[in-house]
Amino acid sequence: MTDLKAIPLDWYILLSSILFCIGIMGVLFRRNAIIIFMSIELMLNAVNLLLVAFSAYHNDAAGQVFVFFTMAVAAAEIAVGLAILIVVYRNTKSTDIDVLNRLKG
Amino acid sequence: MTVYLFIVLGVLAVLSALMVVFTKNPIHSILYLVLTFFAIAGEYVLLNAQFLAIVNIIVYAGAIMVLFLFVVMLLNLNKETEPHKSMLRKLIAVVAAGLLMVVLVGSLKGASNMSIQPFSHNTGLIENLGTVLFNDFLLPFEVSAILFLAAMVGAVMLGKKDIK
Repeated sequence: MTDLKAIPLDWYILLSSILFCIGIMGVLFRRNAIIIFMSIELMLNAVNLLLVAFSAYHNDAAGQVFVFFTMAVAAAEIAVGLAILIVVYRNTKSTDIDVLNRLKG
Repeated sequence: MTVYLFIVLGVLAVLSALMVVFTKNPIHSILYLVLTFFAIAGEYVLLNAQFLAIVNIIVYAGAIMVLFLFVVMLLNLNKETEPHKSMLRKLIAVVAAGLLMVVLVGSLKGASNMSIQPFSHNTGLIENLGTVLFNDFLLPFEVSAILFLAAMVGAVMLGKKDIK
């Protein structure tokens, strides 16, 4: 459909590195657990983009099937993670992760 | 034309990802994340991965982000009262992420010199992907069904009011 070779593969590597690092920054930067979950989703999407780019440039469909599995695992992870978050909110009345330091001993 | 589209979608994805991290209101963060997912789906279309673009929009922007919105609204978190984090920790977070990006970009700089196959137009189409999925990846596909069942049971168990 599009002229793929007009875009160098390096640009996709750069774009997904930037998105991954924004996700890392979100995890380190914020204290709200929901925003941290969303940053993890952002990191997963950066990796998905890189997998699709390599799959398209190497003409191998296995990479895109892997992205499909990544999406399935991410959906399951978010379902369980948000359930845990709701339980945490019931117990502490907050989603601040700095409140959850009881395991520190 | 393709190059301009790539640049516009990439800048949109990066800017809305930054807004996800920096906006105070969780609802706005979720909406910016949906925008990021749409930009990434546009990149998939540019890579001829039409099936994954559609799945990305349906699963991520449609299902997962609605789940996030439900949780934020059920917990009534849509106010901008996040306790203040010290300036030093924010600075350390930004510097650490920036250094990681420098390392990633530097180490992956030569990756595009690997042998690149001649391009085929139907790699990302659903017919080709379905053939690969149900021939080479049949066992992982079935295992992911068990994973979903476990996740569903776990979410229901955790969501119950009184766990005995």
